[in-house]
Amino acid sequence: MPGMADKAKRPETASSPAIELRGISKSFGPVQANKNISFKVARGTVHGIIGENGAGKSTLMSILYGFYKPDSGEILVNGQPLNVTDSQTAIRAGIGMVFQHFKLVQNFTVLENIILGVEDGKLLRPSLAKARGVLKQLAAEYQLNVDPDETIEELSVGHQQRVEILKALYRQADILILDEPTGVLTPAEADHLFRILEGLKAEGKTIILITHKLREIMEITDNVSVMRRGEMVASVKTSETSPEQLAELMVGRKVLLNVKKSPAKPAQPVLEVRDLQLADDEGVQRLRNVSFDIRAGEIFGIAGVSGNGQTQLLELLGGYPEKGSTISGTVRMNGQELDLTGTRSDAATRRARGIGHIPEDRQSEGLIMDFAAWENSAFGYHHAAEYNAGLFMNNNAIQQDAQEKMERFDIRPRDPHLAARNFSGGNQQKIVVAREIERNPDLLLVGQPTRGVDIGAIEFIHKRIIELRDAGKAILLVSVELDEILALSDRIAVMFDGRIMGERLPSETTTGELGLLMAGVTDTERHDASDGIPPESKHVEELPDEQAGGAG
Amino acid sequence: MDKMPKWADVILTPLISLILAMAISALVILAIGESPWMALKTMVTGALGSSYGWGFTLYYTTNFIFTGLAVAVAYHASLFNIGGEGQAMIGGLGVALICLALPWPHWGVALPAAMIGAALFGAAWAFIPAILQAKRGSHIVITTIMFNFIAAALLNYMLVNIMRPQGSQDPATARFPAGAHLPQLSEMAAGIGIEWGKNTPVNITFFIALIACILVWLLIWRTRLGYEIRALGRSEPAALYAGISPVRITVIAMLISGGLAGLMAINNVMGEAERLVLNAVEGAGFIGIAVALMGRNHPFGVLLAALLFGFLYQGGGELALWTTIPRELIVVIQALVILFTGALDNMVRMPLERIFLALRKKGRA
Repeated sequence: MPGMADKAKRPETASSPAIELRGISKSFGPVQANKNISFKVARGTVHGIIGENGAGKSTLMSILYGFYKPDSGEILVNGQPLNVTDSQTAIRAGIGMVFQHFKLVQNFTVLENIILGVEDGKLLRPSLAKARGVLKQLAAEYQLNVDPDETIEELSVGHQQRVEILKALYRQADILILDEPTGVLTPAEADHLFRILEGLKAEGKTIILITHKLREIMEITDNVSVMRRGEMVASVKTSETSPEQLAELMVGRKVLLNVKKSPAKPAQPVLEVRDLQLADDEGVQRLRNVSFDIRAGEIFGIAGVSGNGQTQLLELLGGYPEKGSTISGTVRMNGQELDLTGTRSDAATRRARGIGHIPEDRQSEGLIMDFAAWENSAFGYHHAAEYNAGLFMNNNAIQQDAQEKMERFDIRPRDPHLAARNFSGGNQQKIVVAREIERNPDLLLVGQPTRGVDIGAIEFIHKRIIELRDAGKAILLVSVELDEILALSDRIAVMFDGRIMGERLPSETTTGELGLLMAGVTDTERHDASDGIPPESKHVEELPDEQAGGAG
Repeated sequence: MDKMPKWADVILTPLISLILAMAISALVILAIGESPWMALKTMVTGALGSSYGWGFTLYYTTNFIFTGLAVAVAYHASLFNIGGEGQAMIGGLGVALICLALPWPHWGVALPAAMIGAALFGAAWAFIPAILQAKRGSHIVITTIMFNFIAAALLNYMLVNIMRPQGSQDPATARFPAGAHLPQLSEMAAGIGIEWGKNTPVNITFFIALIACILVWLLIWRTRLGYEIRALGRSEPAALYAGISPVRITVIAMLISGGLAGLMAINNVMGEAERLVLNAVEGAGFIGIAVALMGRNHPFGVLLAALLFGFLYQGGGELALWTTIPRELIVVIQALVILFTGALDNMVRMPLERIFLALRKKGRA
């Protein structure tokens, strides 16, 4: 192993911090991504780095890992200055990185992935044998159990992440950087990850955890550094701070972490979904007997790990299921059946029927990134009479309308002529939210409304969604963020493998219970999947008002 | 924030590319023992130095405007239509059939009819690749280029076996009736007492080409259809989300594209040759690709680029006529221009962007 020889040379002075950055600055063209950043990470601690999207967290870690060269400043590892010219230098210095998007070869086995790049010689067999032994040891030490002969594509996301961690440990990493590690995990998997991290810490490893989730910071870190607009605004002991204080530091002003909302007043059913089935063009069943109702004036939340049919459900209701899908079942909107497969099943018809849609992926669906903000503000509604004048589009009217929306939704910079790609994630999302909410739809489909959105904008978007509900509209909310589901929903359903595993009231459930449902643990209390009765037929019929609004 | 100002993107980048292409062309001319300066002079005087030269330059420009616009419209829908050559050929067939069908009393009647024929035939030739792309996913680049060959074969068959006048040895149609003769620019100038461009082929179609530029601009930037074409071109998932049918827009964009390519036949078949011959298009369909690339798919850019290629075409002909520089070298020069303005665009663009960023930084500091 290449790391082996160097390890002996590393000074192990206990007093010096594992990592120290002094005055790191980095700019990309006119954008200053990191401004004079200095901070220390003490050995054997879990250090959180928190900040909004675009605050410069990832840039900083990329500098540490040798992907970018800083414009100025120095990096000290274990008290020794280190010129990190590339990732190999970082690895030799004992730094390991677990990326948000895993860097694994899908059709290689776990073992092959682990030795990739650190083979001992031309022949693979000795390396593989050695790795197998080391792996066994690591697995026993840190609860990192993975079948070494399984190919990556066969593994769950949680296990793939373990392979990434094992890769770093195999390369003798003392300092482990994890970039948004829980984004793709179920709560149970996240808990397991945290136990692994605790174990690593106990062994004296240093861990840097990059996240935007305050709960995780509070739960696992010893110290936390907050970044805002490229600057390190604070480094504090976690025990001496609070989520509210951290949020304020991140945003630069006071933030309401939990939106206030009054109890729902559900009225007549707006959307009635019955026995919806969808198989994709490869015949994989994506939706299985999905049935639910959404009433006017309520938010129906669907929780679940991403990839369990939520996307297909939203796309189907939005009028653009994947090409070649086989679809059955019925959907009624305001009592009238929707065409699910015929010529009137497109997204334009859905909009005409009063269905608005904030799509899960704003960058590839909700917006045309090269279009100006004003062009995007009419996207999907560009046939509306007020946007047209005879043969031509009434560009002045659209621009005027966009300008007003930007005022009302506080979209910055307030320039309707700027291309969508030049707005931050939060402001991009606000362009979509403004467009969809201001059409005043009877039903609003909302997918991951705050993914990659800064805390300030999250608060704003949540408020607007609740306002729409209070105006008597029905809302279908799909989110992988349990906190968001719990904060907004009046009723919660959990999806797993295309099936609705059960429905709960936010006031009567816990993260733990929802987490079990998300992991596909059958909900035997209320129904049993094997008894042949679809779980959906047993869903809660009436909601007492005071219960429905319980989670505020 | 944009990396550099718009003028640098639209004007400076192609200009520098052009200068680089010319510099290398100069080296090539030097290498074969001729003077690059003399060559340039011959080209400029030959193409732009007289009304005669202009008459030819503008004639070629007209061809390239149509084929350039054809490529540009399809490009906005993210479709690479390289079948302009075949579509223009079949457009010519439409023009010939209409011009020969009736003893046209006046060009004012014949022109609209021939335009409809040209556009319909061109569009029909683009329709099959379009529907194959939209419904079956057959790649438009492959199908349109195959359709160029089919068009050539079809035209050959039509001219040799069906449309050739009896007793003629020439694979071409009969001459169009006198009533289908389009006014030449020289005739129009003479009409108001100016002697300009005698014996040159440029004709009234040039103005139709200019109007086409304006109409395409309106279509792309001012209509719902243009909005939907651009939306589909930028992101198909987003188009689906917005209720825009990719099948419909793909087909419509290709019909417009094919129609524009077909309209070129008004210039070369009806305006110049006044009969349909084999190889009437002479590669203008392919030059349209370079024109659209260099014009950045904007109608005004297409106009300028078409003018440049019109100049290269005419100037190149003059070069072959008056110097010992072989005709093949003209093709080399044209290829270099295409290479630098099209394929090597980023080679110039990226250093320029860096310079502008550095300048901006300095300006702020």
